[in-house]
Amino acid sequence: MIKIKNLHANIEGKEILKGLDLEVNAGEVHAIMGPNGAGKSTLASILAGREEYEITAGSITFDGIDLLELSTEERAREGLFLAFQYPVEIPGVSNINFLRTALNEIREYKGQEPISAKDFMQMVRDKSALVELDSKLANRSVNEGFSGGEKKRNEIFQMAMLDPKLAILDETDSGLDIDALRIVANGVNKLKTPHNASIVITHYQRLLDYIVPDFVHVLYDGKIVKTGPKELALTLEEKGYDWIKESILS
Amino acid sequence: MQEVNTIHENKLDKLRESLSKTSIAFNKNLLVELGDFLENSDLPTTKQESWKYTRLTKLSNTTFSGFNEKSTLLAVHEKAYKIVFENGKLRSKEAFEGLNTLTELSSTQLSEIHASHEVFDALNLCYAEDGVFIEISKTLDRPIEILHLSNGNKINNLRHFIRLKSNTEANITMIFCSEKESKNFSNCVTEFHVEQGAHLSVTKIQIESGQDIHLSKEKVIQHRDSNFTLNTVTLDGLFVRNEVEVAVEGVYAETNLNGVYVANQQQFVDNHTTIDHKVAHCLSNELYKGVLFDKATGVFNGKVFVRKDAQKINAFQSNANIIMSQDASVNAKPELEIYADDVKCSHGSTTGQLDEEAVFYLRSRGLSDKAARNLLVSAFVGQVLEKIENTEILDFVYGKLNERFGWEY
Ligand SMILES: Nc1ncnc2c1ncn2[C@@H]1O[C@H](COP(=O)(O)OP(=O)(O)OP(=O)(O)O)[C@@H](O)[C@H]1O
Ligand SMILES: [Mg+2]
Repeated sequence: MIKIKNLHANIEGKEILKGLDLEVNAGEVHAIMGPNGAGKSTLASILAGREEYEITAGSITFDGIDLLELSTEERAREGLFLAFQYPVEIPGVSNINFLRTALNEIREYKGQEPISAKDFMQMVRDKSALVELDSKLANRSVNEGFSGGEKKRNEIFQMAMLDPKLAILDETDSGLDIDALRIVANGVNKLKTPHNASIVITHYQRLLDYIVPDFVHVLYDGKIVKTGPKELALTLEEKGYDWIKESILS
Repeated sequence: MQEVNTIHENKLDKLRESLSKTSIAFNKNLLVELGDFLENSDLPTTKQESWKYTRLTKLSNTTFSGFNEKSTLLAVHEKAYKIVFENGKLRSKEAFEGLNTLTELSSTQLSEIHASHEVFDALNLCYAEDGVFIEISKTLDRPIEILHLSNGNKINNLRHFIRLKSNTEANITMIFCSEKESKNFSNCVTEFHVEQGAHLSVTKIQIESGQDIHLSKEKVIQHRDSNFTLNTVTLDGLFVRNEVEVAVEGVYAETNLNGVYVANQQQFVDNHTTIDHKVAHCLSNELYKGVLFDKATGVFNGKVFVRKDAQKINAFQSNANIIMSQDASVNAKPELEIYADDVKCSHGSTTGQLDEEAVFYLRSRGLSDKAARNLLVSAFVGQVLEKIENTEILDFVYGKLNERFGWEY
């Protein structure tokens, strides 16, 4: 589904990604772990199309298309979704209205008719139930005054509404209490099909008890330096990253 | 050394040349007094504090021929009692109890109307063509709409007087619009007297042509327990200045001033407000928001006075602007003068660009860059517009915003 090859990226002249390779196929869940500042959110931002980054080398293909040629909105319409590490608050813009606009833009791109008001409302009810998002929150201004956990739930609610091919969850688990973590993870699992895939960025192996990954990658200093089965997360939890740093240096 | 030519052309005299003295039966002494004042005055310059950011060159550089013709524009408000002025003259009115026009009234009936020694106020009175004189002594069954149409190259001096007797309510919309090719100068003055316990809500919508100049002044006097709301919505016009002066003379009164201005190209929009809290136990809220594209300029000046004995006043003022281009600008200045000690006042003014993080967020969900920006700015002013209670008028404003800027609500 997505193939990232030898990706190098700079911001403000500083190289953050230094030859990153990653391939994700339909039906798979990939976890990315790694120390603070390693470049995990940078990767997520680049995939979503943030323009501040300069891609100096490498390629990204998404279902055969050159992703780097697409604008942020075209990527979204092609089925890429980023659940932000820090979702922004947008006063005055209703969650529901904006999602409806988004959904219809995506449908139009695919040559589909706009969704009817009735179907849309039904979908809002179903999907907000899936992540147990209070329907009052669904109607409020985007993330305005939401608690940290509510913002994360709202991200997954939006993901459920937009039904992407590839979802990138950037530390969606941080700020969630134990129950919320289970609910959000459950939501993600229920949305899983053989046709979609997700990249889950996290610091905690706990999330991976709920969202079971097919692969765990370690992103360190701008590169994927280690890939393993889900048990790798347990090892990391136990031993930290030092042993990986050492094995790279030696 | 070369001799410097110091002969100074009086710009006000030039403006007055195309005007005819009013035929309304105002007090004779007042007319003489104001006439003398005008003789000895000129247009304000940026040296005067309240005109510091407001250059009148667009006005002084225009020659008004007085040419005007019938307008094809129509009223917008289905349910209202409609009063239509066209090029400064009454075109039609739907009668209701308490409605007269100034040209119909005698000097005794007009004796309450005064103008201050301010150029545009005095000019308006001395050259007034007409205007409404409304006294509401029983709440009407429908809202009132005063439509000001213009088409041509003329100066329109309309003067309105509106009084709500105690415990009545009224909802008034004042719309100013002109044909696309028009190049008018509208100088409109309105006095509002809101008596004890009365509720008055006024929405002023300015959609004049991109070549029109508009100056208007609303003078408000509020009595005890009264409630006054003014929503000023400026969506078009070359040069617009709104002066609002509210004198709160009775206790337990509430004042709400809301404003939205959206301007593009070379447009200039200035809102000068004054709320004078003369007595205790009152509340005032002021919320003005602007969006400026291209080379548009905005000015906001909000004065709040709290007099010495006006204790327990809550006065809140907020002005926020979004600048959509490098060349757009805003000069904003809150001025609080508080002489009482037991008061709660706040003010804030912000001018900035759209939140690019928010734009990115919306785009990452599939909205185009334009749709994302439109959604954000429309939401920004939407928070003020939703204070317009009359849904018919609100829909009209949304329609205009859609027509002019492509915003959707
Ligand atoms: N605008 C910027 N200018 C300069 N450096 C930046 C900028 N944005 C990010 N960086 C740097 O890029 C590096 C990678 O940041 P990134 O946010 O991708 O890390 P991360 O792996 O997501 O970390 P965390 O686990 O803390 O979320 C950091 O050193 C960060 O300081
Ligand atoms: Mg991060």
